[in-house]
Amino acid sequence: MERADIEKLAELARIEITDATIDEVTRSITEVLQLVDQLQTADTQGVEPMAHPLDAVQRLRSDTVTETDQHAAFQNLAPAAEAGLYLVPKVIDQSDLIGTVE
Amino acid sequence: MEWETVIGLEVHIQLATQSKIFSGAATAFGAAPNTQACAVDLAMPGTLPVANEAAFRYAVMFGLAVDAEIATTSVFERKNYFYPDLPKGYQTTQLAKPIVGRGHVDVQLAGGDSKRIRIHHAHLEEDAGKSLHEDFHGMSGIDLNRAGTPLIEVVTEPDMRSAEEAVACARKLHSIATSLGICDGDMSQGSMRFDVNISVRPRGDKTLGTRTETKNLNSFRFIEEAIKLEVARQIDLIEDGGRVVQETRLYDGDSKTARSMRSKEEANDYRYFPCPDLLPVVLEADYIDAIAKQLPELPDARQSRFVNEYGLSTYDAAALSSDAAGAAFFEALVAACGDAKQAANWLMGEVSARLNADERHIKDSPVSAAQLGGLIARVLDNTISGKMAKQVFEVMWKDGGDADTIIANQGLQQVSDTAALEAMVDAVIADSAKQVDNYRNADPAKRPKMLGYFVGQIMKASKGQANPQILNKILLKKLEPKNK
Repeated sequence: MERADIEKLAELARIEITDATIDEVTRSITEVLQLVDQLQTADTQGVEPMAHPLDAVQRLRSDTVTETDQHAAFQNLAPAAEAGLYLVPKVIDQSDLIGTVE
Repeated sequence: MEWETVIGLEVHIQLATQSKIFSGAATAFGAAPNTQACAVDLAMPGTLPVANEAAFRYAVMFGLAVDAEIATTSVFERKNYFYPDLPKGYQTTQLAKPIVGRGHVDVQLAGGDSKRIRIHHAHLEEDAGKSLHEDFHGMSGIDLNRAGTPLIEVVTEPDMRSAEEAVACARKLHSIATSLGICDGDMSQGSMRFDVNISVRPRGDKTLGTRTETKNLNSFRFIEEAIKLEVARQIDLIEDGGRVVQETRLYDGDSKTARSMRSKEEANDYRYFPCPDLLPVVLEADYIDAIAKQLPELPDARQSRFVNEYGLSTYDAAALSSDAAGAAFFEALVAACGDAKQAANWLMGEVSARLNADERHIKDSPVSAAQLGGLIARVLDNTISGKMAKQVFEVMWKDGGDADTIIANQGLQQVSDTAALEAMVDAVIADSAKQVDNYRNADPAKRPKMLGYFVGQIMKASKGQANPQILNKILLKKLEPKNK
Protein backbone atom coordinates (compact mmCIF):
# COMPACT_ATOMS: atom_id res chain seq x y z
CA MET A 1 0.00 0.00 0.00
CA GLU A 2 1.26 3.43 -0.94
CA ARG A 3 0.44 6.60 0.93
CA ALA A 4 -1.52 7.78 -2.16
CA ASP A 5 -3.74 4.64 -2.03
CA ILE A 6 -4.61 5.37 1.57
CA GLU A 7 -5.39 9.01 0.75
CA LYS A 8 -7.67 7.88 -2.07
CA LEU A 9 -9.44 5.30 0.13
CA ALA A 10 -9.88 7.85 2.90
CA GLU A 11 -11.47 10.25 0.49
CA LEU A 12 -13.85 7.61 -0.88
CA ALA A 13 -14.83 6.65 2.66
CA ARG A 14 -15.02 10.32 3.75
CA ILE A 15 -12.61 9.63 6.58
CA GLU A 16 -10.06 12.17 7.68
CA ILE A 17 -6.59 10.77 8.25
CA THR A 18 -4.12 13.33 9.55
CA ASP A 19 -0.54 13.59 8.35
CA ALA A 20 0.60 12.50 11.79
CA THR A 21 -1.19 9.14 11.55
CA ILE A 22 -1.12 8.32 7.86
CA ASP A 23 2.12 6.33 7.97
CA GLU A 24 0.81 4.25 10.87
CA VAL A 25 -2.51 3.62 9.04
CA THR A 26 -0.64 2.64 5.88
CA ARG A 27 1.45 0.17 7.88
CA SER A 28 -1.50 -1.49 9.60
CA ILE A 29 -3.60 -1.80 6.47
CA THR A 30 -0.63 -3.35 4.71
CA GLU A 31 -0.45 -5.93 7.53
CA VAL A 32 -4.13 -6.76 7.08
CA LEU A 33 -3.58 -7.19 3.35
CA GLN A 34 -0.65 -9.52 4.07
CA LEU A 35 -3.02 -11.65 6.10
CA VAL A 36 -5.44 -11.66 3.16
CA ASP A 37 -2.61 -12.70 0.86
CA GLN A 38 -1.86 -15.59 3.21
CA LEU A 39 -5.53 -16.63 3.20
CA GLN A 40 -5.55 -16.52 -0.58
CA THR A 41 -2.89 -19.20 -0.78
CA ALA A 42 -5.44 -21.72 0.54
CA ASP A 43 -6.72 -24.14 -2.13
CA THR A 44 -10.38 -23.20 -2.79
CA GLN A 45 -10.82 -25.18 -5.96
CA GLY A 46 -14.34 -26.62 -6.10
CA VAL A 47 -15.53 -24.49 -3.19
CA GLU A 48 -18.58 -22.32 -3.91
CA PRO A 49 -17.83 -18.74 -2.77
CA MET A 50 -19.91 -17.71 0.23
CA ALA A 51 -22.06 -14.61 0.04
CA HIS A 52 -22.75 -14.67 3.77
CA PRO A 53 -21.16 -16.38 6.78
CA LEU A 54 -24.52 -17.76 7.95
CA ASP A 55 -25.70 -20.88 6.20
CA ALA A 56 -29.24 -19.61 5.84
CA VAL A 57 -31.48 -18.02 3.25
CA GLN A 58 -33.32 -14.72 3.30
CA ARG A 59 -36.92 -14.76 4.46
CA LEU A 60 -39.19 -12.49 2.48
CA ARG A 61 -42.02 -10.37 3.89
CA SER A 62 -45.39 -9.81 2.21
CA ASP A 63 -45.91 -6.59 0.30
CA THR A 64 -47.93 -4.63 2.83
CA VAL A 65 -47.50 -1.12 4.16
CA THR A 66 -46.74 -1.44 7.87
CA GLU A 67 -45.06 1.91 8.55
CA THR A 68 -46.93 5.05 9.53
CA ASP A 69 -45.89 8.63 8.90
CA GLN A 70 -43.47 9.64 11.65
CA HIS A 71 -41.60 12.34 9.80
CA ALA A 72 -42.34 14.91 12.53
CA ALA A 73 -40.53 12.79 15.12
CA PHE A 74 -37.62 12.07 12.76
CA GLN A 75 -37.29 15.72 11.83
CA ASN A 76 -36.98 16.65 15.49
CA LEU A 77 -33.74 14.68 15.47
CA ALA A 78 -32.45 16.36 12.33
CA PRO A 79 -30.07 19.35 12.55
CA ALA A 80 -32.28 21.26 10.13
CA ALA A 81 -35.63 20.65 8.41
CA GLU A 82 -38.01 22.86 6.50
CA ALA A 83 -41.21 22.32 4.53
CA GLY A 84 -41.00 18.62 5.38
CA LEU A 85 -37.53 18.35 3.85
CA TYR A 86 -34.29 17.46 5.61
CA LEU A 87 -31.84 20.30 5.00
CA VAL A 88 -28.21 19.48 4.28
CA PRO A 89 -25.22 21.52 3.16
CA LYS A 90 -25.53 22.08 -0.55
CA VAL A 91 -23.71 19.36 -2.47
CA ILE A 92 -24.19 19.44 -6.18
CA ASP A 93 -22.17 16.81 -7.87
CA GLN A 94 -22.67 14.93 -11.04
CA SER A 95 -24.95 12.22 -9.74
CA ASP A 96 -27.27 14.92 -8.53
CA LEU A 97 -27.67 16.38 -11.97
CA ILE A 98 -28.90 13.00 -13.03
CA GLY A 99 -31.09 12.89 -9.98
CA THR A 100 -31.10 9.15 -9.86
CA VAL A 101 -29.31 6.02 -8.91
CA GLU A 102 -26.73 4.76 -11.31
CA MET B 1 -16.33 7.05 -44.41
CA GLU B 2 -19.49 5.17 -43.56
CA TRP B 3 -20.14 4.91 -39.84
CA GLU B 4 -22.05 2.33 -37.87
CA THR B 5 -23.80 3.27 -34.62
CA VAL B 6 -23.76 0.83 -31.71
CA ILE B 7 -26.25 1.30 -28.86
CA GLY B 8 -26.95 -0.48 -25.60
CA LEU B 9 -29.61 0.43 -23.02
CA GLU B 10 -29.77 0.42 -19.23
CA VAL B 11 -33.34 0.76 -18.07
CA HIS B 12 -34.52 1.49 -14.53
CA ILE B 13 -38.03 0.17 -14.02
CA GLN B 14 -39.81 1.18 -10.79
CA LEU B 15 -41.79 -1.78 -9.52
CA ALA B 16 -45.44 -1.13 -8.66
CA THR B 17 -45.29 -2.63 -5.17
CA GLN B 18 -47.32 -1.14 -2.30
CA SER B 19 -44.33 -1.00 0.02
CA LYS B 20 -40.60 -0.53 -0.39
CA ILE B 21 -38.08 -3.22 -1.23
CA PHE B 22 -36.55 -3.36 2.26
CA SER B 23 -39.11 -1.61 4.49
CA GLY B 24 -42.86 -1.43 5.09
CA ALA B 25 -43.13 2.24 4.07
CA ALA B 26 -45.53 3.15 1.26
CA THR B 27 -44.30 3.84 -2.28
CA ALA B 28 -47.22 5.98 -3.56
CA PHE B 29 -46.16 8.85 -5.83
CA GLY B 30 -46.83 12.45 -4.85
CA ALA B 31 -47.08 12.16 -1.05
CA ALA B 32 -45.94 15.11 1.09
CA PRO B 33 -42.12 15.10 1.52
CA ASN B 34 -40.71 12.42 3.82
CA THR B 35 -44.10 11.15 4.98
CA GLN B 36 -43.24 7.80 3.40
CA ALA B 37 -39.66 7.56 4.62
CA CYS B 38 -39.44 5.32 7.68
CA ALA B 39 -36.51 4.58 10.00
CA VAL B 40 -35.10 1.93 7.62
CA ASP B 41 -35.26 4.29 4.62
CA LEU B 42 -33.57 6.97 6.73
CA ALA B 43 -30.80 4.53 7.70
CA MET B 44 -31.39 5.10 11.42
CA PRO B 45 -28.88 3.17 13.54
CA GLY B 46 -29.96 -0.36 14.38
CA THR B 47 -32.45 -0.78 11.57
CA LEU B 48 -32.26 -3.79 9.28
CA PRO B 49 -33.71 -4.48 5.83
CA VAL B 50 -36.42 -7.11 5.32
CA ALA B 51 -36.89 -7.96 1.66
CA ASN B 52 -40.27 -7.60 -0.05
CA GLU B 53 -41.54 -10.78 -1.74
CA ALA B 54 -43.49 -8.83 -4.41
CA ALA B 55 -40.30 -7.20 -5.71
CA PHE B 56 -38.86 -10.68 -6.36
CA ARG B 57 -42.11 -11.89 -7.91
CA TYR B 58 -42.19 -8.90 -10.29
CA ALA B 59 -38.54 -9.36 -11.24
CA VAL B 60 -39.22 -13.06 -11.96
CA MET B 61 -42.25 -12.08 -14.09
CA PHE B 62 -40.05 -9.75 -16.10
CA GLY B 63 -37.40 -12.42 -16.50
CA LEU B 64 -39.91 -14.97 -17.74
CA ALA B 65 -41.38 -12.42 -20.17
CA VAL B 66 -37.98 -11.83 -21.80
CA ASP B 67 -37.26 -15.55 -21.92
CA ALA B 68 -34.39 -15.26 -19.44
CA GLU B 69 -32.82 -17.66 -16.99
CA ILE B 70 -34.02 -16.93 -13.45
CA ALA B 71 -31.34 -17.22 -10.79
CA THR B 72 -32.52 -19.53 -8.03
CA THR B 73 -29.96 -17.90 -5.76
CA SER B 74 -29.43 -14.16 -5.95
CA VAL B 75 -27.28 -11.99 -3.72
CA PHE B 76 -27.43 -8.33 -2.69
CA GLU B 77 -24.33 -6.17 -2.64
CA ARG B 78 -23.49 -2.72 -1.38
CA LYS B 79 -22.50 -0.08 -3.90
CA ASN B 80 -20.75 2.55 -1.82
CA TYR B 81 -20.94 6.27 -2.50
CA PHE B 82 -21.81 9.35 -0.47
CA TYR B 83 -24.72 11.50 -1.44
CA PRO B 84 -27.39 13.15 0.72
CA ASP B 85 -30.28 11.36 -1.03
CA LEU B 86 -28.70 8.01 -0.11
CA PRO B 87 -28.67 8.05 3.72
CA LYS B 88 -26.99 4.67 4.19
CA GLY B 89 -23.93 5.70 2.20
CA TYR B 90 -24.49 2.75 -0.14
CA GLN B 91 -27.13 1.52 -2.54
CA THR B 92 -28.30 -2.04 -1.98
CA THR B 93 -28.14 -3.65 -5.41
CA GLN B 94 -27.05 -6.85 -7.14
CA LEU B 95 -23.83 -7.39 -9.07
CA ALA B 96 -22.32 -10.86 -9.30
CA LYS B 97 -25.56 -12.80 -8.87
CA PRO B 98 -28.49 -10.83 -10.35
CA ILE B 99 -31.97 -12.35 -10.26
CA VAL B 100 -32.52 -12.29 -14.04
CA GLY B 101 -29.89 -13.69 -16.39
CA ARG B 102 -29.56 -13.63 -20.17
CA GLY B 103 -32.74 -13.11 -22.18
CA HIS B 104 -34.01 -11.25 -25.22
CA VAL B 105 -36.83 -9.18 -26.70
CA ASP B 106 -37.97 -9.06 -30.33
CA VAL B 107 -38.79 -5.60 -31.64
CA GLN B 108 -40.75 -4.61 -34.74
CA LEU B 109 -39.11 -2.09 -37.05
CA ALA B 110 -40.61 0.10 -39.75
CA GLY B 111 -41.10 -1.88 -42.92
CA GLY B 112 -42.22 -4.93 -40.97
CA ASP B 113 -38.75 -6.23 -40.07
CA SER B 114 -38.21 -7.76 -36.66
CA LYS B 115 -34.97 -7.71 -34.70
CA ARG B 116 -33.85 -9.62 -31.64
CA ILE B 117 -32.16 -7.57 -28.88
CA ARG B 118 -30.31 -9.60 -26.27
CA ILE B 119 -30.65 -8.77 -22.61
CA HIS B 120 -27.44 -9.21 -20.63
CA HIS B 121 -29.16 -9.38 -17.23
CA ALA B 122 -31.62 -7.57 -14.96
CA HIS B 123 -31.03 -6.97 -11.26
CA LEU B 124 -33.05 -5.79 -8.29
CA GLU B 125 -32.05 -2.66 -6.40
CA GLU B 126 -33.41 0.28 -4.44
CA ASP B 127 -34.10 3.78 -5.74
CA ALA B 128 -32.57 6.86 -4.06
CA GLY B 129 -34.34 9.94 -2.66
CA LYS B 130 -34.52 13.34 -4.31
CA SER B 131 -32.53 16.54 -3.69
CA LEU B 132 -34.06 19.98 -4.15
CA HIS B 133 -31.61 22.83 -4.51
CA GLU B 134 -33.81 25.88 -4.68
CA ASP B 135 -34.47 28.36 -1.96
CA PHE B 136 -33.33 26.84 1.33
CA HIS B 137 -30.92 29.55 2.53
CA GLY B 138 -28.06 28.04 0.60
CA MET B 139 -28.84 24.50 1.79
CA SER B 140 -30.36 21.57 -0.11
CA GLY B 141 -33.71 19.97 0.79
CA ILE B 142 -33.88 16.18 0.84
CA ASP B 143 -37.07 14.17 0.24
CA LEU B 144 -36.56 10.48 0.99
CA ASN B 145 -40.02 9.25 -0.05
CA ARG B 146 -38.54 7.60 -3.13
CA ALA B 147 -35.60 6.08 -1.22
CA GLY B 148 -36.05 2.31 -1.13
CA THR B 149 -38.60 2.08 -3.94
CA PRO B 150 -37.86 -1.22 -5.71
CA LEU B 151 -36.29 -1.05 -9.15
CA ILE B 152 -35.16 -3.56 -11.68
CA GLU B 153 -32.30 -2.38 -13.83
CA VAL B 154 -32.37 -4.05 -17.22
CA VAL B 155 -29.09 -4.08 -19.14
CA THR B 156 -29.15 -4.94 -22.84
CA GLU B 157 -26.30 -6.06 -25.05
CA PRO B 158 -25.02 -3.42 -27.53
CA ASP B 159 -27.30 -4.87 -30.22
CA MET B 160 -29.02 -1.74 -31.53
CA ARG B 161 -27.70 0.03 -34.62
CA SER B 162 -29.88 3.16 -34.82
CA ALA B 163 -32.02 5.51 -32.76
CA GLU B 164 -35.06 3.84 -34.28
CA GLU B 165 -34.00 0.41 -32.99
CA ALA B 166 -33.21 1.80 -29.55
CA VAL B 167 -36.61 3.50 -29.29
CA ALA B 168 -38.33 0.32 -30.51
CA CYS B 169 -36.52 -1.64 -27.79
CA ALA B 170 -37.38 0.97 -25.13
CA ARG B 171 -41.04 0.88 -26.19
CA LYS B 172 -41.02 -2.90 -26.11
CA LEU B 173 -39.63 -2.99 -22.57
CA HIS B 174 -42.23 -0.42 -21.52
CA SER B 175 -44.95 -2.46 -23.14
CA ILE B 176 -43.79 -5.68 -21.44
CA ALA B 177 -43.53 -4.04 -17.99
CA THR B 178 -46.97 -2.41 -18.20
CA SER B 179 -48.58 -5.55 -19.64
CA LEU B 180 -47.18 -7.56 -16.75
CA GLY B 181 -48.53 -4.90 -14.39
CA ILE B 182 -45.15 -4.70 -12.62
CA CYS B 183 -44.73 -0.96 -13.41
CA ASP B 184 -47.24 1.84 -13.92
CA GLY B 185 -45.20 2.98 -16.94
CA ASP B 186 -45.63 6.66 -16.13
CA MET B 187 -42.40 8.05 -17.55
CA SER B 188 -43.18 11.66 -16.65
CA GLN B 189 -43.08 10.57 -12.99
CA GLY B 190 -39.84 8.68 -13.46
CA SER B 191 -41.37 5.19 -13.37
CA MET B 192 -39.09 4.19 -16.25
CA ARG B 193 -35.76 5.89 -16.92
CA PHE B 194 -33.31 5.12 -19.69
CA ASP B 195 -29.52 5.38 -19.88
CA VAL B 196 -28.15 5.03 -23.42
CA ASN B 197 -24.62 3.80 -24.22
CA ILE B 198 -23.54 5.03 -27.64
CA SER B 199 -20.46 4.46 -29.79
CA VAL B 200 -19.65 4.63 -33.49
CA ARG B 201 -17.20 2.65 -35.63
CA PRO B 202 -16.33 2.43 -39.32
CA ARG B 203 -18.86 0.07 -40.92
CA GLY B 204 -17.36 -3.40 -41.11
CA ASP B 205 -15.11 -3.02 -38.05
CA LYS B 206 -15.41 -5.76 -35.47
CA THR B 207 -14.11 -3.86 -32.45
CA LEU B 208 -16.33 -1.39 -30.64
CA GLY B 209 -15.55 2.33 -30.54
CA THR B 210 -15.22 4.25 -27.26
CA ARG B 211 -18.69 4.73 -25.81
CA THR B 212 -20.38 7.51 -23.92
CA GLU B 213 -23.38 7.13 -21.66
CA THR B 214 -26.27 9.60 -21.83
CA LYS B 215 -28.19 9.25 -18.56
CA ASN B 216 -31.70 9.50 -17.26
CA LEU B 217 -33.81 10.00 -20.36
CA ASN B 218 -37.47 9.86 -19.46
CA SER B 219 -39.31 9.95 -22.78
CA PHE B 220 -39.08 8.04 -26.05
CA ARG B 221 -38.68 11.33 -27.92
CA PHE B 222 -35.71 12.32 -25.75
CA ILE B 223 -34.07 8.92 -26.34
CA GLU B 224 -34.31 9.45 -30.08
CA GLU B 225 -33.11 13.07 -29.97
CA ALA B 226 -30.25 12.34 -27.58
CA ILE B 227 -28.96 9.43 -29.70
CA LYS B 228 -29.05 11.40 -32.96
CA LEU B 229 -27.26 14.32 -31.32
CA GLU B 230 -24.57 12.14 -29.75
CA VAL B 231 -23.94 10.07 -32.88
CA ALA B 232 -23.47 13.27 -34.92
CA ARG B 233 -21.13 14.67 -32.23
CA GLN B 234 -18.96 11.53 -32.17
CA ILE B 235 -18.70 11.32 -35.97
CA ASP B 236 -17.81 15.03 -36.24
CA LEU B 237 -15.22 14.63 -33.52
CA ILE B 238 -13.52 11.65 -35.15
CA GLU B 239 -13.65 13.12 -38.67
CA ASP B 240 -11.99 16.27 -37.33
CA GLY B 241 -9.13 14.15 -36.03
CA GLY B 242 -10.31 13.98 -32.41
CA ARG B 243 -11.04 11.04 -30.13
CA VAL B 244 -14.21 10.11 -28.25
CA VAL B 245 -13.61 10.14 -24.48
CA GLN B 246 -15.46 7.69 -22.29
CA GLU B 247 -17.77 9.90 -20.25
CA THR B 248 -21.23 10.37 -18.83
CA ARG B 249 -23.41 12.93 -20.59
CA LEU B 250 -26.62 14.69 -19.74
CA TYR B 251 -29.25 15.55 -22.37
CA ASP B 252 -31.48 18.57 -21.91
CA GLY B 253 -34.76 18.04 -23.75
CA ASP B 254 -35.71 21.73 -23.60
CA SER B 255 -32.59 23.16 -25.22
CA LYS B 256 -31.95 19.99 -27.27
CA THR B 257 -28.32 20.01 -26.17
CA ALA B 258 -26.12 17.67 -24.15
CA ARG B 259 -23.08 18.21 -22.00
CA SER B 260 -20.40 16.16 -20.33
CA MET B 261 -20.89 15.41 -16.65
CA ARG B 262 -18.03 13.16 -15.72
CA SER B 263 -15.14 11.48 -17.44
CA LYS B 264 -13.85 8.01 -16.72
CA GLU B 265 -10.96 9.36 -14.61
CA GLU B 266 -13.42 11.04 -12.27
CA ALA B 267 -15.63 7.98 -12.13
CA ASN B 268 -16.50 6.68 -8.71
CA ASP B 269 -14.95 3.57 -7.29
CA TYR B 270 -17.98 1.92 -5.75
CA ARG B 271 -16.14 -0.76 -3.74
CA TYR B 272 -18.93 -3.33 -4.03
CA PHE B 273 -19.17 -6.10 -1.45
CA PRO B 274 -21.92 -8.58 -0.45
CA CYS B 275 -24.40 -6.96 1.94
CA PRO B 276 -23.98 -8.57 5.38
CA ASP B 277 -27.50 -7.46 6.37
CA LEU B 278 -29.18 -9.60 3.73
CA LEU B 279 -28.86 -13.35 3.28
CA PRO B 280 -28.85 -14.89 -0.19
CA VAL B 281 -32.38 -15.14 -1.60
CA VAL B 282 -33.27 -18.62 -2.80
CA LEU B 283 -36.32 -19.04 -5.02
CA GLU B 284 -37.67 -22.57 -5.32
CA ALA B 285 -38.58 -24.01 -8.72
CA ASP B 286 -42.22 -24.34 -7.54
CA TYR B 287 -42.37 -20.62 -6.81
CA ILE B 288 -41.06 -19.73 -10.28
CA ASP B 289 -43.36 -22.26 -11.98
CA ALA B 290 -46.39 -20.83 -10.20
CA ILE B 291 -45.50 -17.33 -11.44
CA ALA B 292 -45.00 -18.66 -14.99
CA LYS B 293 -48.46 -20.23 -14.93
CA GLN B 294 -50.10 -16.91 -13.98
CA LEU B 295 -48.18 -14.69 -16.37
CA PRO B 296 -50.59 -12.19 -18.01
CA GLU B 297 -50.91 -11.89 -21.78
CA LEU B 298 -47.74 -10.38 -23.27
CA PRO B 299 -47.70 -7.70 -26.01
CA ASP B 300 -46.69 -10.06 -28.87
CA ALA B 301 -49.49 -12.50 -28.06
CA ARG B 302 -52.00 -9.68 -27.68
CA GLN B 303 -51.01 -8.21 -31.03
CA SER B 304 -51.63 -11.48 -32.89
CA ARG B 305 -54.90 -11.92 -31.02
CA PHE B 306 -56.07 -8.44 -32.10
CA VAL B 307 -55.32 -9.33 -35.72
CA ASN B 308 -57.14 -12.66 -35.51
CA GLU B 309 -60.03 -11.73 -33.23
CA TYR B 310 -60.84 -8.23 -34.45
CA GLY B 311 -59.57 -8.33 -38.03
CA LEU B 312 -57.21 -5.41 -37.44
CA SER B 313 -54.21 -4.73 -39.65
CA THR B 314 -50.83 -5.60 -38.11
CA TYR B 315 -50.10 -1.88 -37.85
CA ASP B 316 -53.35 -1.09 -36.00
CA ALA B 317 -52.97 -4.17 -33.81
CA ALA B 318 -49.43 -3.15 -32.85
CA ALA B 319 -50.50 0.39 -32.02
CA LEU B 320 -53.47 -0.75 -29.93
CA SER B 321 -51.83 -3.64 -28.12
CA SER B 322 -48.53 -2.13 -26.96
CA ASP B 323 -49.94 -0.39 -23.90
CA ALA B 324 -51.85 -2.63 -21.47
CA ALA B 325 -54.29 0.09 -20.39
CA GLY B 326 -54.83 1.18 -24.00
CA ALA B 327 -55.48 -2.42 -25.05
CA ALA B 328 -57.99 -2.87 -22.23
CA PHE B 329 -59.74 0.35 -23.26
CA PHE B 330 -59.91 -0.86 -26.86
CA GLU B 331 -61.44 -4.19 -25.89
CA ALA B 332 -64.01 -2.52 -23.63
CA LEU B 333 -64.84 -0.12 -26.47
CA VAL B 334 -65.37 -2.95 -28.95
CA ALA B 335 -67.64 -4.65 -26.43
CA ALA B 336 -69.61 -1.42 -25.99
CA CYS B 337 -70.05 -0.48 -29.66
CA GLY B 338 -69.70 -3.82 -31.44
CA ASP B 339 -67.46 -2.50 -34.24
CA ALA B 340 -63.70 -3.10 -33.94
CA LYS B 341 -62.72 -1.00 -36.96
CA GLN B 342 -64.69 2.02 -35.69
CA ALA B 343 -63.28 1.51 -32.20
CA ALA B 344 -59.73 1.39 -33.60
CA ASN B 345 -60.29 4.52 -35.74
CA TRP B 346 -61.67 6.50 -32.83
CA LEU B 347 -58.90 5.45 -30.46
CA MET B 348 -56.07 6.14 -32.88
CA GLY B 349 -57.76 9.30 -34.15
CA GLU B 350 -59.83 11.59 -31.92
CA VAL B 351 -58.99 10.00 -28.58
CA SER B 352 -55.26 9.81 -29.18
CA ALA B 353 -55.18 13.41 -30.47
CA ARG B 354 -57.03 14.71 -27.40
CA LEU B 355 -54.88 12.69 -25.01
CA ASN B 356 -51.72 14.05 -26.63
CA ALA B 357 -53.02 17.62 -26.56
CA ASP B 358 -53.89 17.29 -22.87
CA GLU B 359 -50.73 15.27 -22.10
CA ARG B 360 -52.79 12.55 -20.53
CA HIS B 361 -52.43 8.79 -20.49
CA ILE B 362 -55.40 6.74 -21.64
CA LYS B 363 -55.91 5.42 -18.12
CA ASP B 364 -56.80 9.02 -17.14
CA SER B 365 -59.09 9.59 -20.14
CA PRO B 366 -62.10 11.69 -19.07
CA VAL B 367 -64.21 9.73 -21.58
CA SER B 368 -64.71 6.08 -20.62
CA ALA B 369 -64.95 3.16 -23.05
CA ALA B 370 -68.67 2.85 -22.21
CA GLN B 371 -69.32 6.54 -22.99
CA LEU B 372 -67.40 6.44 -26.26
CA GLY B 373 -69.02 3.10 -27.19
CA GLY B 374 -72.44 4.73 -26.73
CA LEU B 375 -71.41 7.52 -29.07
CA ILE B 376 -70.07 5.21 -31.78
CA ALA B 377 -73.29 3.22 -31.59
CA ARG B 378 -75.24 6.39 -32.48
CA VAL B 379 -73.09 6.87 -35.57
CA LEU B 380 -73.58 3.25 -36.56
CA ASP B 381 -77.38 3.49 -36.27
CA ASN B 382 -77.40 6.81 -38.18
CA THR B 383 -78.74 8.90 -35.33
CA ILE B 384 -75.90 11.34 -35.93
CA SER B 385 -73.30 11.84 -38.64
CA GLY B 386 -69.61 11.19 -38.14
CA LYS B 387 -69.02 14.94 -38.15
CA MET B 388 -71.55 15.53 -35.38
CA ALA B 389 -70.10 12.66 -33.43
CA LYS B 390 -66.89 14.67 -33.18
CA GLN B 391 -68.89 17.57 -31.78
CA VAL B 392 -70.54 15.27 -29.22
CA PHE B 393 -67.12 13.86 -28.36
CA GLU B 394 -65.80 17.36 -27.63
CA VAL B 395 -68.66 17.99 -25.20
CA MET B 396 -68.19 14.57 -23.62
CA TRP B 397 -64.46 15.22 -23.14
CA LYS B 398 -65.01 18.60 -21.51
CA ASP B 399 -68.24 18.16 -19.54
CA GLY B 400 -68.81 14.40 -19.35
CA GLY B 401 -72.25 12.86 -19.93
CA ASP B 402 -73.53 10.07 -22.17
CA ALA B 403 -73.98 10.37 -25.92
CA ASP B 404 -77.79 10.20 -25.94
CA THR B 405 -78.16 13.01 -23.41
CA ILE B 406 -75.69 15.26 -25.23
CA ILE B 407 -77.33 14.56 -28.60
CA ALA B 408 -80.76 15.39 -27.14
CA ASN B 409 -79.56 18.50 -25.26
CA GLN B 410 -77.82 19.92 -28.29
CA GLY B 411 -80.56 18.87 -30.71
CA LEU B 412 -78.07 17.07 -32.89
CA GLN B 413 -80.24 14.15 -34.05
CA GLN B 414 -79.92 13.56 -37.75
CA VAL B 415 -83.05 14.22 -39.79
CA SER B 416 -83.60 10.92 -41.56
CA ASP B 417 -87.35 11.36 -42.03
CA THR B 418 -87.93 11.25 -45.80
CA ALA B 419 -91.00 13.53 -45.82
CA ALA B 420 -89.22 16.24 -43.84
CA LEU B 421 -86.15 16.03 -46.06
CA GLU B 422 -88.29 16.13 -49.22
CA ALA B 423 -89.95 19.31 -47.99
CA MET B 424 -86.54 20.92 -47.44
CA VAL B 425 -85.34 19.82 -50.88
CA ASP B 426 -88.50 21.22 -52.49
CA ALA B 427 -88.02 24.56 -50.76
CA VAL B 428 -84.40 24.85 -51.93
CA ILE B 429 -85.26 23.85 -55.48
CA ALA B 430 -88.03 26.47 -55.58
CA ASP B 431 -85.58 29.17 -54.45
CA SER B 432 -82.78 28.18 -56.81
CA ALA B 433 -84.33 28.16 -60.28
CA LYS B 434 -81.09 29.23 -61.95
CA GLN B 435 -78.93 26.59 -60.28
CA VAL B 436 -81.54 23.92 -61.03
CA ASP B 437 -81.56 24.89 -64.70
CA ASN B 438 -77.77 24.88 -64.85
CA TYR B 439 -77.67 21.48 -63.22
CA ARG B 440 -80.21 19.93 -65.53
CA ASN B 441 -78.53 21.30 -68.64
CA ALA B 442 -75.05 20.31 -67.55
CA ASP B 443 -72.97 17.40 -68.79
CA PRO B 444 -73.99 14.46 -66.54
CA ALA B 445 -70.32 13.98 -65.67
CA LYS B 446 -70.22 17.43 -64.10
CA ARG B 447 -73.44 17.08 -62.14
CA PRO B 448 -72.08 15.31 -59.05
CA LYS B 449 -69.91 18.34 -58.35
CA MET B 450 -72.81 20.72 -58.89
CA LEU B 451 -74.90 18.74 -56.44
CA GLY B 452 -72.72 20.14 -53.68
CA TYR B 453 -74.50 23.49 -53.90
CA PHE B 454 -77.88 21.93 -53.06
CA VAL B 455 -76.44 19.73 -50.32
CA GLY B 456 -74.84 22.83 -48.82
CA GLN B 457 -78.10 24.78 -48.86
CA ILE B 458 -80.02 21.99 -47.17
CA MET B 459 -77.29 21.39 -44.59
CA LYS B 460 -77.47 25.09 -43.82
CA ALA B 461 -81.24 24.98 -43.54
CA SER B 462 -81.14 21.85 -41.37
CA LYS B 463 -78.21 23.11 -39.27
CA GLY B 464 -76.21 20.19 -40.54
CA GLN B 465 -78.70 17.62 -39.31
CA ALA B 466 -79.89 16.21 -42.61
CA ASN B 467 -78.90 12.57 -43.04
CA PRO B 468 -76.49 12.87 -45.98
CA GLN B 469 -77.19 9.47 -47.55
CA ILE B 470 -80.95 9.93 -47.63
CA LEU B 471 -80.63 13.57 -48.68
CA ASN B 472 -78.47 12.59 -51.63
CA LYS B 473 -81.01 10.07 -52.85
CA ILE B 474 -83.86 12.57 -52.66
CA LEU B 475 -81.87 15.33 -54.34
CA LEU B 476 -80.81 13.12 -57.24
CA LYS B 477 -84.37 12.04 -57.79
CA LYS B 478 -85.83 15.53 -57.62
CA LEU B 479 -83.16 17.17 -59.77
CA GLU B 480 -83.47 14.55 -62.53
CA PRO B 481 -83.99 16.48 -65.78
CA LYS B 482 -87.73 16.28 -66.50
CA ASN B 483 -87.58 16.65 -70.30
CA LYS B 484 -85.67 13.43 -70.86
